[in-house]
Amino acid sequence: MSDGSMTIGAAVAPAGTTRRTLPAHGSRRTQAAYALVTPAAALMLVMLLGPLAGVIALSFTDYQLGAPHISWIGLANYQDLFADKVFWTALRNTLTYVVIVVPGAVIAGLAIALLIQSGTSLRSLYRTIYFLPVMATLIAMAVVWEFMLHPQFGLVNGLLRGAGLPAFAWLQDRNTALYALCAIGIWQAVGFNMVLFLAGLVSIPKQLYEAAEIDGASSGWARFRLVTWPMLGPVTTFVVVISGIRSFQVFDTVHVLTKGGPSKSTEVLIHTMYTEGFEFFRSGYAAAITVVFLVFVLALTLIKSRLADRGVHYT
Amino acid sequence: MAQIELSAIRKSFDGTDVLKGIDFHIADGEFISLVGPSGCGKSTLLRIIAGLEPQNSGEVHIDGRQVDGIRPSARNLAMVFQSYALYPHLSTFDNIAVPLRMRRLSAIERLPLLGALLPSRRAKERHIRADIEGIAEQLDITPLLRRKPGQLSGGQRQRVAVGRAMVREPLAFLFDEPLSNLDAKLRVHMRAELAELHSRLKATFVYVTHDQAEAMTMSSRIAVMMGGELIQAGTPAEIYNEPGDIRVAEFIGSPKINILPGRIRKDGGVDVLGTTLKLTCNAAAGDCRIGVRPERIELGTGPFSGTVVHLENLGAEAFVHLAVEGTGSRLIARLADVRHLPAMASPLAFGFASETVRMFDPAGKRIELRVEQAERVREPAHV
Repeated sequence: MSDGSMTIGAAVAPAGTTRRTLPAHGSRRTQAAYALVTPAAALMLVMLLGPLAGVIALSFTDYQLGAPHISWIGLANYQDLFADKVFWTALRNTLTYVVIVVPGAVIAGLAIALLIQSGTSLRSLYRTIYFLPVMATLIAMAVVWEFMLHPQFGLVNGLLRGAGLPAFAWLQDRNTALYALCAIGIWQAVGFNMVLFLAGLVSIPKQLYEAAEIDGASSGWARFRLVTWPMLGPVTTFVVVISGIRSFQVFDTVHVLTKGGPSKSTEVLIHTMYTEGFEFFRSGYAAAITVVFLVFVLALTLIKSRLADRGVHYT
Repeated sequence: MAQIELSAIRKSFDGTDVLKGIDFHIADGEFISLVGPSGCGKSTLLRIIAGLEPQNSGEVHIDGRQVDGIRPSARNLAMVFQSYALYPHLSTFDNIAVPLRMRRLSAIERLPLLGALLPSRRAKERHIRADIEGIAEQLDITPLLRRKPGQLSGGQRQRVAVGRAMVREPLAFLFDEPLSNLDAKLRVHMRAELAELHSRLKATFVYVTHDQAEAMTMSSRIAVMMGGELIQAGTPAEIYNEPGDIRVAEFIGSPKINILPGRIRKDGGVDVLGTTLKLTCNAAAGDCRIGVRPERIELGTGPFSGTVVHLENLGAEAFVHLAVEGTGSRLIARLADVRHLPAMASPLAFGFASETVRMFDPAGKRIELRVEQAERVREPAHV
């Protein structure tokens, strides 16, 4: 016994000495760890946190793009912002857009994913077709939509007239312009959501459906309620949040098709920010709008991280 | 409780025949094991009975009613899956409640919020609760009712899956390799529990497994399937002692039955390893194979000799691997007395009683033998 322990002791002696010296070099080890983290931390600081801090700082100044002077004006930008009717219109329009586009794009994406999944042939063809709007440049597609929604020779009005329904000047009418943009937004987001839902559907074990069938869930709706919907929980949370963030960022269609008009009926947050910052060069004011925008996105992200933990069912 | 009648069931996937005409009758209250190597079609057959897979031709009758074309949900069978297939988002209680809620509640009563307000639903829920508590009591899972499947061990999930199957008193229970995800110790334990459950419920059990030990220990009857055909069905003892086919003989029993090359002489006598057995048969002269179970080999005496090449001492018994002299054959003998193990590489004589020999023709079919009672194959003991 003693022999054995001696041999073992001798064998581990070198290791033992290093271990004993470790506490003395502990601070050096910590330094090494920090040194290893530095590149990533520096990159994150320069690329992500730096600009963010810059924007927040800028929102407390009266800086104008190219101006030689910059002075600290505290919350004056925010006071202006909250007193500005255009800001509130933009915020209301953005929220309306989000409230329509998110459920629309999520439900349509799920429905199409379910249809494609239950189909037997041409699956990849349908997948590609529905994914096309995601791959295509929205600006180019916006031009096509402009033609389709044209009051006189647009396809949409042509179809409506053919069906004996009243036609609209979609993008020129302040009552319909925002909803037309919502429709384009849904059209654009559906493909992306569909792909995410398809991935989620594929990962549901087939045996759960078989168990559901044997347990008496004979209708498709019963199986959807019992298996599909709960098992898609995490994917749905993710899709809702991503759609929400992307809808908050709506800008390109607005800029190309309506420029926020007619009479501010399609003015949205990012478009206001763009106009203030890059057309009127009020950088400080634009930064304040950006901060408000970031608060909303941050709130959505926090909700997601809360729900994500609850929604996952570990098997 | 029901009898199940299968007639001429055929099934092919992409041109490959998986089932080649299965005829089988399962009596009311029987515990039937469908056993065979992987890919023999046993799971497919079970899924056809369940209705999860349509057969290409043939008929399934459950309790005298033809069920082809009837949805699985309408066949009133319960199934326990290999992966248990518990709904991961539901608690144990809700998992067991699913079949009851699906059958007893109307579509409106099942609606998430509205349904809960209906008085009729509340009354039915009370009955469901009582039923589930009864089942949980029987299966000893009452403390687990509020947990989700993710918080249960393999054995507990197994019980919950059985509970979900039991709760609505189906016509028959179908088991698809339900023990193969458990560790060896728990498997032996669950084997006994399932057999007990069967004798208590007296329901028809159809149990698919590739593990011959499970089939031997639990079933009232075993159906051995190979290559899409049902080659023999019988009680465990019949299947073990009187295999009708060499594949059945080799599949059932662990360690495997010893197969030795033999030759049938013109006069009906049988030569094995240069020794003439005291046996006769009516088969035509030619090659044959004889099978002897490891526990039937008697070591130390006999006309054959071999060398010990490997020893497996399991404590209660031991297996001696012998290389038979003069041939490339190996065989395994079971030794009940582990206190007197032969030495490795030592020469050893062995023999076996004539009535323990099972003989098969080159195609694998059983050949009936007549034992000559006058003499025995064995020579007097030298030990």
